[in-house]
Amino acid sequence: MLIKKSADILPSEITPRRVYEGRREFVRQLGRIALLAGAQALPFAAAHAQSGQKIPGLKKSAFSTTEKQTPYKDITTYNNYYEFGTDKADPAQTAGKLKTRPWTVSVEGAVAKPRTYGIDDLMKLGAMEERVYRLRCVEGWSMVIPWAGFSLSDLIKEVQPTGNAKFVEFVTLADPAQMPGVRQQILHWPYVEGLRMDEAMNPLTLLTFGLYGEVLPNQSGAPVRVVVPWKYGFKSGKSLVKIRFTEQMPKTAWSLANASEYGFYSNVNPKVDHPRWSQATERRIGEGGIFAQKRATLMFNGYGDQVAQMYAGMDLRRNF
Amino acid sequence: MLLPARLSPKQSTILKGALFILSLGPVAVLSVNAFTDNLGANPVEYLTRATGTWTLVFLCITLGITPVRRLTGWNWLTLTRRMFGLFAFFYVCLHFTTYIWFDQYFDVQSIIKDVIKRPFITIGFAAFLLLIPLAITSNSYLTRKLGAKRWQNLHRATYLVCILGVIHYWWLVKRDLTQPIIYGSIVLAFLSARLLLRGRKPKVRPRPVATAREPA
Repeated sequence: MLIKKSADILPSEITPRRVYEGRREFVRQLGRIALLAGAQALPFAAAHAQSGQKIPGLKKSAFSTTEKQTPYKDITTYNNYYEFGTDKADPAQTAGKLKTRPWTVSVEGAVAKPRTYGIDDLMKLGAMEERVYRLRCVEGWSMVIPWAGFSLSDLIKEVQPTGNAKFVEFVTLADPAQMPGVRQQILHWPYVEGLRMDEAMNPLTLLTFGLYGEVLPNQSGAPVRVVVPWKYGFKSGKSLVKIRFTEQMPKTAWSLANASEYGFYSNVNPKVDHPRWSQATERRIGEGGIFAQKRATLMFNGYGDQVAQMYAGMDLRRNF
Repeated sequence: MLLPARLSPKQSTILKGALFILSLGPVAVLSVNAFTDNLGANPVEYLTRATGTWTLVFLCITLGITPVRRLTGWNWLTLTRRMFGLFAFFYVCLHFTTYIWFDQYFDVQSIIKDVIKRPFITIGFAAFLLLIPLAITSNSYLTRKLGAKRWQNLHRATYLVCILGVIHYWWLVKRDLTQPIIYGSIVLAFLSARLLLRGRKPKVRPRPVATAREPA
């Protein structure tokens, strides 16, 4: 039986949760101080963002939820990132080797001003905001994550799509030398995701560089990813290398893998089940232990006010 | 052979005791981790996976006893078969409890819907039900009461349970089939070994002289 007995120590004796949870952060800080000191000693050290480094000047966003945020540790140790292995614990262990500098993102296709952005230039393109979004995985679990980034529309306006641009395709890195999972044909590499133009332009769609006010850790999609909070998590491609504007609907990784289970839209919808499991409820990660109950899944993951009008008149059961 | 074909009563008691304690290892580790909140970000998923995996492991071990005994001549393996079978049942009970309690929280309607609508749960549930009569009739009293022939026929359901167990795993996996393929191959290998060995009569060994045999 798993009945917890009450602790016989005074609450005042317990290390405050933030301090306790921050023990690794403390060690990391020490490491960073050492790194910084080292970097200053090197006259030619590049001044660029490292995983875990603070992102300065984050603005608050009206799109943020006030729900309890999922602990950093859970967000960064429970990842679906098949390029780094199919077990959720794999990416945290194998993504460390990924080199995120130098890094370029090529923006091309049906645009007036195609351009290849260096990652540090791309980060300066828009005003960085903290957006606390719900994330709902197609597998039936969810998190609340404070992302840092700016609306993808800021970038789209910059490159000026032509009239032929009906969709946006996100191509992510597939480098077998750095990503052990890519050496197996689990999915069609590179992992490609896509959005309809109006979905990509929706202010909720976030070009994301950070997490918890810091530069993204590799397992969360460093150095740049998209976050589309009203869709299942797999729609939000990580470690982007190419953003392409197309007339045709992109052939996305999970639809290629299994078209009857994963559609192009993949909007969070409690009424349309996955063929093999229910989508009516979800388990919120970090919310209590094994005794915590599941919660009801919300239509469009609770973002209906911002996105429902894009799908007016569409049969969401057919366009799943 | 390095190991003898038969064990003395004392040796078999020690062996069974050691295997019993070893088989409790997984549940001990899981319990400690559950108490100390060390089951990762999604503890319910972890418990479900772990208890399911250990069920499959014990099913495979049980299934393998006879073919391995026939191939190696280690007749004492038979002594462990019932215990391993019952451990498979023990872990599937934990698996089932995790599902109805922690995953579904006793939501009967949702459970019924799941069992009917989700093929992988239907299959898993069927395998669980099939194991119940096998566990009940595993004791010596009912074994004798049923008679060797009927008992054996009933307990051949183990083959089906193993196959259903693998299908249950196979159908729930999202993409990476590595694990189900491993368990599927083991079950397939043991079932084929049984088929191949079926025609052949077990070698009759001269009873008391089994002490100093030359390596095969």
